[in-house]
Amino acid sequence: MEMMSGAAMVVRALKDAGVKHVFGYPGGSVLDIYDALYVQDDVEHILVRHEQAAAHMADGYARSTGKTGTVLVTSGPGATNTLTGIATAYMDSIPMVVLSGQVPTMHIGEDAFQETDMIGCSRPIVKHSFLVKRAVDIPAAIAKAYHIANTGRPGPVVVDLPKDIVNPLEEHPYVFPENVQLRSYNPTLKGHSKQIKKAIDVIKGAKRPVMYVGGGAVACDASDAVTKFAEILGCPVTSTLMGLGAFSGVHEQSVGMLGMHGTFEANKTMHNADCIIALGARFDDRVTNNVAKFCPNATIVHVDIDPTSISKTIAAHVPVVGSIDVVLEQFFEKLEGFDSKAHKENLADWWQQINQWRAKKCLEYKLDNDQIKPQQVVQALYKHTQGDAFITSDVGQHQMFAALYYPFAKPRRWINSGGAGTMGFGFPAAMGVKIAHPDAVVACVTGDGSIQMNIQELATCLQYNIPVKIISINNRALGMVRQWQDMIYKGRHSHSYMDSLPDFVKLAEAYGHIGIQVDKPEELDDAMARCFAEKDRLVFMDIRVDQNEHVYPMQIKYGSMDDMRLSKTERT
Amino acid sequence: MRRILSVLMENEPGALSRLVGVFSQRGYNVDTLCVAPVDDGSLSRLTITTHGDDKAIEQMTKQMNKLIDVLKVSDLTDGPHIERELMLVKVATKHETARAEVKRNVDIFRAQIVDVSTNNYSIQIAGTSDKLDAFLESVSQIGEVIEASRSGVCGIARGDKALRP
Repeated sequence: MEMMSGAAMVVRALKDAGVKHVFGYPGGSVLDIYDALYVQDDVEHILVRHEQAAAHMADGYARSTGKTGTVLVTSGPGATNTLTGIATAYMDSIPMVVLSGQVPTMHIGEDAFQETDMIGCSRPIVKHSFLVKRAVDIPAAIAKAYHIANTGRPGPVVVDLPKDIVNPLEEHPYVFPENVQLRSYNPTLKGHSKQIKKAIDVIKGAKRPVMYVGGGAVACDASDAVTKFAEILGCPVTSTLMGLGAFSGVHEQSVGMLGMHGTFEANKTMHNADCIIALGARFDDRVTNNVAKFCPNATIVHVDIDPTSISKTIAAHVPVVGSIDVVLEQFFEKLEGFDSKAHKENLADWWQQINQWRAKKCLEYKLDNDQIKPQQVVQALYKHTQGDAFITSDVGQHQMFAALYYPFAKPRRWINSGGAGTMGFGFPAAMGVKIAHPDAVVACVTGDGSIQMNIQELATCLQYNIPVKIISINNRALGMVRQWQDMIYKGRHSHSYMDSLPDFVKLAEAYGHIGIQVDKPEELDDAMARCFAEKDRLVFMDIRVDQNEHVYPMQIKYGSMDDMRLSKTERT
Repeated sequence: MRRILSVLMENEPGALSRLVGVFSQRGYNVDTLCVAPVDDGSLSRLTITTHGDDKAIEQMTKQMNKLIDVLKVSDLTDGPHIERELMLVKVATKHETARAEVKRNVDIFRAQIVDVSTNNYSIQIAGTSDKLDAFLESVSQIGEVIEASRSGVCGIARGDKALRP
């Protein structure tokens, strides 16, 4: 049996768990682990400038690959700084393991220097957590952490490591478990056969069906199966903010994103459907609008791996607990011999109706000769990346513009903080994506507010040469807050303006990168071309846009799904 | 509606705080909570009494089941079951009449006097929560109830049904 110190075990267990990259920041409690990292080459460590960013990087890494992201931080503030990142991953079901240092076991509870109860602090926002109290338990705890993080409904797991158990002077036997078995944790992957039959009966009988696809379909890589299912049924498909790309946004059956800022046709289709097939979506408040008025005529088939997501806000008529990929295979078996052609013919009236809604062209906007429109920036980005880049975003108007004007044809290309709505997420997430996909084009769509929440990572990008593109849609304001203030607070812009913004070009240059400022609509195309021509450099695009643009459509509070404002003057 | 939920979970540090956390995080009520290790000591069994409508209870059950440490959750109130609560109560017995009257109540309720001192009796009583309430009500008419400590409800299903790992 191999003998090694606790610190060496941590690093070795990471390697044995298949970890290639760790995002972290050293400190007192984890110095021994950092020393163990120093003497090996299997696990690469990326030194961030703030621990929150480490969590977002690991998150972006995980979202773009499906692999678990890893974070290593010290105790106390190092650990608490990751909490926003952990909450972000938790809300969007992203596999992540956070290793946090802790004060020595004999000092736990004594308010020792840099002591915080990380297990307690993180409890409501983790899938699970471990406080490891003996060195010999380290490999099993880490193996379990990775198993839990990336099976079932994925999520973040915290492993708290007191300093005394990683003491480099004490050696212990190292055994990494080949299989992890937990008697209390066995996620249901396969749908119950009775429910599968019921679901298919409902789906076959539907005259106005719609597929409502969420992040769950991305998480289990069910994109191909979702597409196949949609093509068999010939029905419209709408995606949640988290589901974009699981079903191609350029597919003829796609009606785009639904919900608060969903398209007119998506929300209309949902509201008028007689059957909603929800796949890995959770009927959250940003989708349903007023639950009492939600899709009055629809029979709801809800497939989700997490039973708590089913009938939480909207009661499902046919609940199916299982993984989307597995359940769809079960659906396919039941659909053998199904007359797809005849079924599609039956949906002709439905499609005619949907095409009328599409004809509304709800995403049209007016161009301006003097000012760049934010929508225009996203469309230019689409053009210059051939619609095939990894796009991360921060939170606000730019996020919605990116979601609406950059149709994603592939899963895992759209990376945003959907559930938590974390400003400061986009840039570090883009870095995580770029590290996972060094040859891919990675752009972060952000705003002048969000980018300043983790701008310190420009230094990390220089240190490790991470050439992401920052597309900052600068409207000198917190756009979404301002929009609500325009709409609800009679235009009283309470603290939503960004006075004294830095010179972003100089800032980028100060960190050794390229900065480009764009003011005029006619300059946008060339500037974008320049940005993406600089393949090996980080380019910060500071694009000044019209401050008064709003995101439309927008659902009207307390209304049904299809109660929407379509512009500043028009509503449904 | 009042419900009795029985939970079997790993007897691990932090497991209880996670379970209780679900209740506070999601705004559910805990009326009583009774917990102790069972079987080989690697498991804990909890009984929680709570109240809520069917939808809330369904979510509660699912949310508890979702915890990694939890093996099983069962709603005892779904079927025939036995529930018991234990109470220790100290009653002042300042004069002879009070002593006799409290003793008579103890007999009627099939409780037991487990400690005696000059000024009070310590009484042990087990039964449903209603019975314990009735006993408290009754003895408080006779003498001052100095203190009472209740275990919270624990329960088990009748018949063949059982909560096992």
